[in-house]
Amino acid sequence: MSIRVFVPRDTSAIACGADAVAEKVESEASSRGVDVVVVRNGSRGLYWLEPLVEVETANGRLGFGPIAPADVGGLFEAGFPHACSHPLALGPVDQVDWLQRQQRVCFARNGITDPLDLDDYRVHGGWQGVQCALSMSAQEIVQIVTDSGLRGRGGAAFPCGIKWKTVLDQMVAQKYIVCNADEGDSGTFSDRMVIEGDPYRLIEGMLIAGIAVGADKGYIYLRSEYPLAQRVLAEAIDRARSASWLGTNVQGSGRAFDVELRMGAGAYICGEETSLLESLEGRRGQVRFKPPLPAVKGLFEKPTVINNVITLASVPDVLIHGAEWYRDMGMGRSRGTLPIQLAGNIRRGGLVELAFGMTLRELLHGFGGGSASGRPIRAVQVGGPLGAYLPESQFDTPIDYEAFAAIDAMLGHGGIVVFDDTVDMAEQARFAMEFCAIESCGKCTPCRIGSTRGVEVIDHIRGGTDSQANMVLLRSLCDTMLHGSLCALGGLTPLPVLSALKHFPEDFVLQP
Amino acid sequence: MTKRVASQSASNAGSDVDPAMLASIGKVIGGFAARPDNLLPILHGIQDALGFVPPASVPMLAGALNLSRAEVHGVISFYHHFRSVVPGRHVLKLCRAEACQAIGARAIEAHVRSRLGIGFNETTTDGLFTLEPVYCLGNCACAPSAMLDDQVHGRLSVEAIDRLIDGCGERP
Ligand SMILES: Cc1cc2nc3c(=O)[nH]c(=O)nc-3n(C[C@H](O)[C@H](O)[C@H](O)COP(=O)(O)O)c2cc1C
Ligand code: SF4
Ligand code: FES
Repeated sequence: MSIRVFVPRDTSAIACGADAVAEKVESEASSRGVDVVVVRNGSRGLYWLEPLVEVETANGRLGFGPIAPADVGGLFEAGFPHACSHPLALGPVDQVDWLQRQQRVCFARNGITDPLDLDDYRVHGGWQGVQCALSMSAQEIVQIVTDSGLRGRGGAAFPCGIKWKTVLDQMVAQKYIVCNADEGDSGTFSDRMVIEGDPYRLIEGMLIAGIAVGADKGYIYLRSEYPLAQRVLAEAIDRARSASWLGTNVQGSGRAFDVELRMGAGAYICGEETSLLESLEGRRGQVRFKPPLPAVKGLFEKPTVINNVITLASVPDVLIHGAEWYRDMGMGRSRGTLPIQLAGNIRRGGLVELAFGMTLRELLHGFGGGSASGRPIRAVQVGGPLGAYLPESQFDTPIDYEAFAAIDAMLGHGGIVVFDDTVDMAEQARFAMEFCAIESCGKCTPCRIGSTRGVEVIDHIRGGTDSQANMVLLRSLCDTMLHGSLCALGGLTPLPVLSALKHFPEDFVLQP
Repeated sequence: MTKRVASQSASNAGSDVDPAMLASIGKVIGGFAARPDNLLPILHGIQDALGFVPPASVPMLAGALNLSRAEVHGVISFYHHFRSVVPGRHVLKLCRAEACQAIGARAIEAHVRSRLGIGFNETTTDGLFTLEPVYCLGNCACAPSAMLDDQVHGRLSVEAIDRLIDGCGERP
């Protein structure tokens, strides 16, 4: 029987050489007459070890990483794919401490299965959530999701069950499920990982949402910066449809649900839900006034559930294990698990899924192992480009929506970007304004014009021109943006700027 | 809204009236139902086929989807992904976002600009490279990142990006 070797087909693994490694494994094996079949799994999210090559043995899966294409020959010399000692050998992958200490719910299958293999999905617990949903009333499903305490993982942390209930209560025949896969925040990649590594989980979550609120059509809005995710998801949708998990009569249940994949086009603002709807309808991605809420009048003016990928991907397990099981994890009003993404200047970057409550410090040091450069960590930005910069003195903050709000910060989509002590925080503040200027939808003046002025004012401060006066101007500008913007792009850009000013004022003083 | 300005590439001259190009645009449009919400999928189709969205497609799209030319143009210019001039043979996108900044993206950007002698949304005079900014490729744990044509590259250094550029050949 052939030996199964796993090499991830994942954007980051491939960006570090996984395709070449997979080819090399196949060619080495065939030239040595070793019977090997290479499976392209998703990534487990141990990104500092990618490309992570695994081999299936009677004693579980053994890992080797990070493996460069040039390492493959030596690996076979050492005895691979049979048990062998090699400097890059990691032992059983599921016993790697970094993985063992996690609480994987959304990411339980990532890296283990062949992402597109429907049998693999079923064998590893796939479709059980839909099966639960098909045996319940719509009200029961919505109640369980509400009771679980699941809040939206896209950034705003709105209770998922309440949103679903609003849509369920609309007495309109046509409703929609829209999955927000725009994942624009720097430092985030969990949506991408689900789509590339366990795409049927997302389809299952959307299907459950459709059953719950009475929608027969779903759209996934995926950012164009993710071409591999696009290919995997398109194929997954086709296969799910062929296997009757999508279509006019899902698994003979008499229920219809289908999904269409739509691509974004490089606009950060299209991650904002109403801008996303505009884009789906074929227009410029300009933010809509609320009300009406999308749950009442959303896509094509119909009641619409819009949820982030991770929110939807969390739902199957909520139904399978129950509201209480999910709610028992976490702290305060932050229930369940959050897939945290460690990125930037970090030694062991990747995906850490944990119940809410872990401190930043434990994540940065216990999991992350400190900075990649070996220098002290000076600042972290949590929650994407609109998130605050936090200094070392705030690293004991627990991962909890309210704890972050209490220090004028936000968790957002769970991305943590690490900077060492070479960072210039005035330059980071400038970038926050620059990014807002580039990505503003143009609807309101404080955001559209204010951000450009913000760049200029910070330039003056950094250049030492009238620093005191310009500092006053910058604060008042931030105040105007905070209070005068329609959406969080203009409204929260002051967060990184003001936090940089507050915690790192020395960087705003021109050094002689 | 700042639309990044694209430079006019030499090889673009007169390309708008190329009948083969008009035929491909027509073919893409014909592949979709004539509904306004298909505008973005059609624009993607055109750019995937031709590398850009030629200005000549604007009236064709307006006619097919029953939109004004201003509306179509407004959509094309809103989205950073769509370019209105023909790109170089290779498109190199450098990630400018925070996770990449934290680990050396600014130095890489400065190096590439100076080596290619162009800025963002410009094309080298030999037509080999177009340089574009991108804000996150989802490769933030293996940063800094760049995308060469459709392929993401991670853990970049100045040397590594030089090798990528060298790999595209034809340059001194
Ligand atoms: C500027 C801006 C960008 C956003 N980008 C995203 C995004 O990329 N992905 C996402 O899921 N939500 C994003 N959101 C949040 C959405 O507006 C919305 O809250 C979310 O899609 C709701 O889904 P959830 O309740 O499951 O989180 C963004 C919001 C703003 C203001
Ligand atoms: S704050 Fe900015 S992005 Fe948001 S609606 Fe206003 S102009 Fe558009
Ligand atoms: S910030 Fe560069 S890949 Fe995410």
